[in-house]
Amino acid sequence: MMNFIDALIQYEFLQKALLTSMMVGVICGVIGCFIILRGMALMGDAISHAVLPGVALSYMLGINFFIGAVFTGILTAIGIGYISQNSRIKNDVSIGIMFTAAFASGIILITFMKSSTDLYHILFGNVLAVRPTEMWSTLAIGIFVLISIFIFYKELLVSSFDPTMAAAYGLPTKAIHYFLMALLTLVTVASLQTVGIILVVAMLITPASTAYLLTDRLWVMIYLSAGIGILSSILGLYFSYTYNLASGATIVLAATVLFILAFLFSPKQGLVWRSLKSARKREMHSQS
Amino acid sequence: MTTAIAVNDLFVSYNGNEALRNVTFAVEEGNLVGIIGPNGAGKSTLLKVLLNLIKKDTGKVEILGKSIKEMKTKVAYVPQRSNIDWDFPITVMDTVLIGTYPNLGIFKRPKKEHKDWALECLKKVGMADFGNRQIGELSGGQQQRVFLARALAQKPEMYFLDEPFVGVDVTSEEKIISILKELRDSGKTVVVVHHDLSKASDYFNELILLNKELIEHGIVEKVFQPAVLNKAYTNQFSPILGTEVTS
Repeated sequence: MMNFIDALIQYEFLQKALLTSMMVGVICGVIGCFIILRGMALMGDAISHAVLPGVALSYMLGINFFIGAVFTGILTAIGIGYISQNSRIKNDVSIGIMFTAAFASGIILITFMKSSTDLYHILFGNVLAVRPTEMWSTLAIGIFVLISIFIFYKELLVSSFDPTMAAAYGLPTKAIHYFLMALLTLVTVASLQTVGIILVVAMLITPASTAYLLTDRLWVMIYLSAGIGILSSILGLYFSYTYNLASGATIVLAATVLFILAFLFSPKQGLVWRSLKSARKREMHSQS
Repeated sequence: MTTAIAVNDLFVSYNGNEALRNVTFAVEEGNLVGIIGPNGAGKSTLLKVLLNLIKKDTGKVEILGKSIKEMKTKVAYVPQRSNIDWDFPITVMDTVLIGTYPNLGIFKRPKKEHKDWALECLKKVGMADFGNRQIGELSGGQQQRVFLARALAQKPEMYFLDEPFVGVDVTSEEKIISILKELRDSGKTVVVVHHDLSKASDYFNELILLNKELIEHGIVEKVFQPAVLNKAYTNQFSPILGTEVTS
């Protein structure tokens, strides 16, 4: 542990890596709360994969890859909605069809690019090689996402909890859905360097699910989820640096361990307390 | 008295399948109206049209003489219990507070006055002691009362409730119906989709009997007649009315 702290003080690349992954932990944690409460975990996975062709196209055209990513991400989200609303195909199947198609086109586009190491980094992330510009763009996205959620908190809450009422009093629920999809693509791109496309869904849903097991209030859940995201990033980066492991994988596994702890020991929902309580009840009845 | 709801020549279909055809009726202010009819009669569809949640094919719908769009914040909706995610991380108090959102407008947050008002509404339904509970911890009847409190918090002119008595205990049912009658007597209009015919004549003073089209509409004494009900419920086994309808 001391080695890690020493290295952190000494090496600028490690400081950048830590800051970037902590920021990713926060924004994924916050947006992830809405993703899991709306039952869109699969959609989160889909959109993160659908970003790949957009990133490849942006490289080829020499434009900022956020533009391409948001474009293909939203296009895929619209395609998924269009197919499930206009045929008997169920939503999960529609998601499966569209995101694999987008991902496959992404792989083809990337093979036209110069090297295959790019693909590897986009898929799995490499936070230790994060550049200052990428760190700043992550910060910019993070601020934009957090401000959006803060401003529209009330609308996001009611449209997630009771979409029928939200629509009845005039909220544009469809627009809110696509707005959230747009934020999701931004968050995915911001997470590319840290955990990569494949594993970003874990950062979206695992810390949020951990928080979900720990509280009954949405705003507490959002703060907890962000905190758990940060903690996962720090722990993950520590193991990644110390044992020379892929950063994306260690961060995700750290988040998973925290989830399992909550699953077992959460005061209200934890498996351990629940079975203890029901065992005590059963004992009480057998004695009487 | 002014007309609360005016529906003219309403046609609604889903993917070409007719759900409602040629429905015309008008409800005056200050009535407690039950929408009854067999399964698939279009009861919930009618409610959704009145809330502007689904598109109509043709026809005109007016709420208090204005278009639904103009009146959308003046109409409160109590959803079917089965449409709510009861594991959602939200407390009873915050659920009722949502009722103040339509009148708050975007960007604005509920303030102390709104919270006080929400508590007032919770008191009215007898749930003030449960403010800090997560909504899933309540019984079905308590949950329904909380959603009625949310509707009250909106201070609407009109209330729409979708099957509010399904899975609800007797105490809660009585409490809810007495509040609805109170609202009616204070001049509000209350519309309830209801499937249990046994209580329909006690609860409502006006009935809309549907079976894809409007079979009958009017005061309970006029609609709640075996001969009239029979028109909507033909070919349906009705255990509640069985003997009466056939006799």
